[in-house]
Formats: sequence, structure tokens, C-alpha cells
Amino acid sequence: MTEKLLFADIDEPGLNTLEVYERRGGYASLRKALAMTPEAVLAELEASRLRGRGGAGFQTGKKVSFLPKGSIETYLVCNADESEPGAFKDRELLQKNPHRLIEGIVIASHAAGARRSFIYIRGEYVLQATVLDAALEEARQAGFVGEDILGSGHTLSIVLHRGAGAYICGEETALLDSLEGKRGNPRLKPPFPANQGLYQGPTLINNVETLSTVPVIIDIGGARYAELGVETSTGTKLVSISGHVQRPGNYEIVLGTPAREIVYGLAGGPPEGREVKCWFPGGSSAPVLTAEDLDVSYDFDSLAKAGSMLGSGSIIVVDDSTPILDVALKVAKFYQHESCGKCSPCREGTNWTLKTLQRIERGEATPMDLEIMASVQTNIIGNCLCVLGDSMAMPIGSIIAKFKEELEAHMDSARLRPPGTLVSA
Amino acid sequence: MSASASGWDRPVDLEKDAAEIPDPDTTEVPVELRAEIEAYMGRYPDTRSATLPALEAAQRLHGWCSPQALEQVACVMRVTPAYLESVATFYDMLETTPVGRHAIYVCTNISCSLRGADALFAAVRDAAGAEPEEFNVRSFECLGACDLAPMASVDGVYVGPLSVDDVPRLLEDVRARRAVLPEKQLARRRVADPDANSREFPEHPPQEPAER
Repeated sequence: MTEKLLFADIDEPGLNTLEVYERRGGYASLRKALAMTPEAVLAELEASRLRGRGGAGFQTGKKVSFLPKGSIETYLVCNADESEPGAFKDRELLQKNPHRLIEGIVIASHAAGARRSFIYIRGEYVLQATVLDAALEEARQAGFVGEDILGSGHTLSIVLHRGAGAYICGEETALLDSLEGKRGNPRLKPPFPANQGLYQGPTLINNVETLSTVPVIIDIGGARYAELGVETSTGTKLVSISGHVQRPGNYEIVLGTPAREIVYGLAGGPPEGREVKCWFPGGSSAPVLTAEDLDVSYDFDSLAKAGSMLGSGSIIVVDDSTPILDVALKVAKFYQHESCGKCSPCREGTNWTLKTLQRIERGEATPMDLEIMASVQTNIIGNCLCVLGDSMAMPIGSIIAKFKEELEAHMDSARLRPPGTLVSA
Repeated sequence: MSASASGWDRPVDLEKDAAEIPDPDTTEVPVELRAEIEAYMGRYPDTRSATLPALEAAQRLHGWCSPQALEQVACVMRVTPAYLESVATFYDMLETTPVGRHAIYVCTNISCSLRGADALFAAVRDAAGAEPEEFNVRSFECLGACDLAPMASVDGVYVGPLSVDDVPRLLEDVRARRAVLPEKQLARRRVADPDANSREFPEHPPQEPAER
């Protein structure tokens, strides 16, 4: 329970500098990895059974193994565009331990055979980009990044690329388009980035937390890492918890910890006298769960079985003082604003869902509207190039299913209100 | 030339040839801006990847992605201003209309709104409303700091949790060009996980305000 792999002494002053990081044993994993063959490094990653920490939960080792071998120029991209509502774990790592990320990128590039890499950080993270930029410069000066790293023959450049405010750019193919200097529109898949990604070359894309875990795996060994957690969700996970809890923030947990222990034990639960009404286990894109589900084991497969997902590991707690309609409106409004507009089901679906919810709020809805809205959600899912539309459809669909009575009651009472008291949308 | 981005709500300028790459002989580009953009272009295998950092640099100089700013970036990058406008209109942090000098983004996404962000945004907007040249107040999507909810990003400095009572001092700090609400800055916060640190560490320093 108290295993701290990524957060160990994270607040030590100067940990963001090379001096302190190296004093704490930093870059030892890099030396170890560079003495190994790329295949051996990959074997450690596969043995760890580490699953991607960005949201999809795909096995990292497998992802690396999909890259074509040979002399073709391969790219590594670190996704630091943390934009999922409720997610703020990568921010903590970027700001306080940037060298661990850099070390992870260099090790992963060695395994993947990449010579050029890019870190795409969201434009809003100004402090984090400044810290990371300084750390990169130190790493270059010290010879951990650049030509012939530590005499191993491995060469890697790292470019820090700042985004400019677009949720969609966290989607891997939209991120690639944005990195190429275009509007951030997702691409048709296949081809997947492993075959054809950045500048049409094979590209490995990983989240900040995933890459920051790589040095740990090399240090303790993949098999030892896999002993932590549960069978299909190994290791520790950073969890961002926010909303109606007494101690919001980032916590490092071992996967498989009961959700109740996180929400109540670590974060202190809702304020005195309040109860959990619903919670998003994996950011606002995840279907909501209710207080009854709090005993679920917090890992990838258990949450999927419970009808939701772990996603990026961001828990948002909503207490019983909040009307569910407010939650639905916020969620729908966000995805409506962030839809890039490329695929009709998402562009139109998010827009009409928001309009219908606003109609419910104003008391102008008909009883049929809930059904129509539910069918809009099912028609979005799986019908777009990326999952942005699904990310609205899943929580909204679950809210309609689980809080139907409350929504209907609101529709009735709002309709009965005199016109002057209606909330304007 | 119209002062703002054309498109959905505004008509395009039919007189103008959108496909024209500005002529370097007649387009004046500030030396420093040109050098910065060229440095970005040199970082990538494909120079077009420099679009976002180049637009950000031009916006820093001009205050927004004005037609003149786009013209200058287009001239250095050898792309059309229309292409740059298509990119600029896509991203929330690139402004396609004139805005106030200091960006105040108030997060009004779910975690912040559960803790009163909508009232906070209204208070900031009302308090700053009389000075549109000084402040650019926007309600923003999740800024990735739900642990400080409700929060705001003030010229890139994250502060929170904020109450409506903090608003006058926040604006005063911005006007005075000093560190914004130092005691409420994200930069100073320790991680929430009580078992993360093996011993008590001193507080982190506050963030330096960006030059504006």
C-alpha cells in the first residue's frame, strides 16, 4: 500500500535538477539499459506487463514490439497533453521530477530504435514546460541526451513542443497532426502510428507516467514490478482525485486497491454530512459509477467489468448536493466545445446532446427527449475516427441510465415553474 | 483587411488572394521575431512543425494573431496567411481577435465548477470588465489543476483554491506586475499523498511572473 515508485520524495527541493536527481540514483537505469541490447530492454518492459497510463491501458511492451525493425527513421513521442477533465497527475511528474521522464524517454528510444523524440506538452502548462526545458538542457550538457549517449552508440534528440489549448490534441493521431503544424484533427486508423505516424514514419507514443515508470522497471526488473498490483493490472498508478472530497490531489496507489480506500481513506470522502452521489473513475470520459460501486477494486479490468473504465486514473467525486443535470450539462458542454468537427456523429451528437440538456434545464423538454438523447449516445459510440464523441456518450449514457428518475423529476418540476424563474442556459 | 478572423460568423474578404505567400521584399518582419521563428523551424524534420511555436511567438509580440502577425509568420515560414489562420482558429490559446494584455483563464470544467468556479468566473469577469485592454478574462476548459479547485491561470501562473474574496487582490497583483497571490500558487504546493515524502521538506518557491 505504501509502495512509492514515482512519488518517492517527490517534494525534495531541487529534485528537478540534475544534481539532486543523480544523487538520488538518477540515470543509473539509463546506464544499465544502454549496456543491454534493445531486445533485452524490451523483454523487461514486456515482463513488467506495464499498461499505458494515458487512458487506453494498452501494454507498453507490446506497443514497442509493433514497431518495424530496420533502418527506417522511427520517432518517439511523449504525450504530455494532459487535458482530460479531472487529470493532473502528469503535471506533478513534469514539474517535480522531469529528469525521470527524460531518462524514461532515452531508455524507451533505445528499445524502440528511435533517434528523434518529441514531448508534446499542453500549452497551459507554462511552469512545467519551463522546468522541463531546463532539465532537458542539463541532460544534454551531461551527455544523457544527444549524440552517442554515454559512449553506447545510441543517439537521441528530444524536442519540447508546446501545444496551444485543444483537448483533442491528447488523442494520439490528432497530437501528431498538431505536432506537424496542422489543426489537431484525428486520423483514420489503420494505419496505426506504430506503422505510419509522425512525418509518415513509425512512431511510438506514450504517456508521461508510462515513460516515467520505465526507469523504475529497468531498476527493479520487469518481473519484480509485475509482482505489484493484480494479475492484469500490474504496478502502481498515480491517481488524481478531485471534486467533492476533503483532500483532493495526487496519490500513488498499488493497482487493485479498493476504490473506497482511495475516495474515503486517502481523499477523506465528501464533506461532513454529505454522501457520494456518483463518481467518475477515469476522468469525465468514463461512465459514472454510484456509491454502491465503491467497493470495486481500482484496476483496469475490474472497472471495465463494473461498466466503467480506469482511463487516466482520475477520480471525480460528486456528492448528493449536486443535481445530476448540472453534471451532465458540464460534461456535454465540454465535449461539444472540444469536438474538432471532423466526424458528423461527434460534431452533431455533442451539439444536440447539449441542446437537449439545456432544454431539460429550461423546462422545455418532452418525455421523449431522454430516449432520443440516449439513442444519440449509442449512435456516436464506435462511429467516429477517435473516441472524443464516445467520451461524451459514455458518461451521458450512464447518467441517463442511472439517474433517469431524477432527470424526469427535474423535467416535470422545471416545466411547472413560472417563466420568470427559468434558468437561462 | 478585416480586424478579426473570418469564417463561420464573419464573411471572408473576397478581394484578397488567400493563397499568396507574403513577399519578403515588401513584408517587414521584426528581426527578433524572424530569428525566433527560424530557430523553431530548424528544430524539426519538417519546418511546418514550427507553426504553433511561431504563432505563439507572434502573439507574444503583437498581443494577438492579428493579420499583420500572421503576415509576418507566413513570410518567414513560406506558407499562406490563410493556412496560419486555419491553425490559429483551432487552438484556444491563440487569439484571433484583439484581447487584453493579461490572460486570466478561469477553469469552469466539472471539478472546479463543483467547487464554485462559475461564481468565481462571474466575479472575475465583472471585476475586470471595465479594463478590457488590461485583462483578457476567459472561462476555460480543465486546466489540469483540479486539486486547487476552483482555480485560475493568470498569465500562466496557476493559483487556487480561489474564493470570490480573492478576486480584488488577484487583479491588483496583476496590475502591479508582481507575483500573483504567492501563497495560493500551485508552484508552492506539496503532493497530497501523505506517504510520498520520507521526511519533511521545506516549501517550494513561488513561480516568477512572465513578462508582459
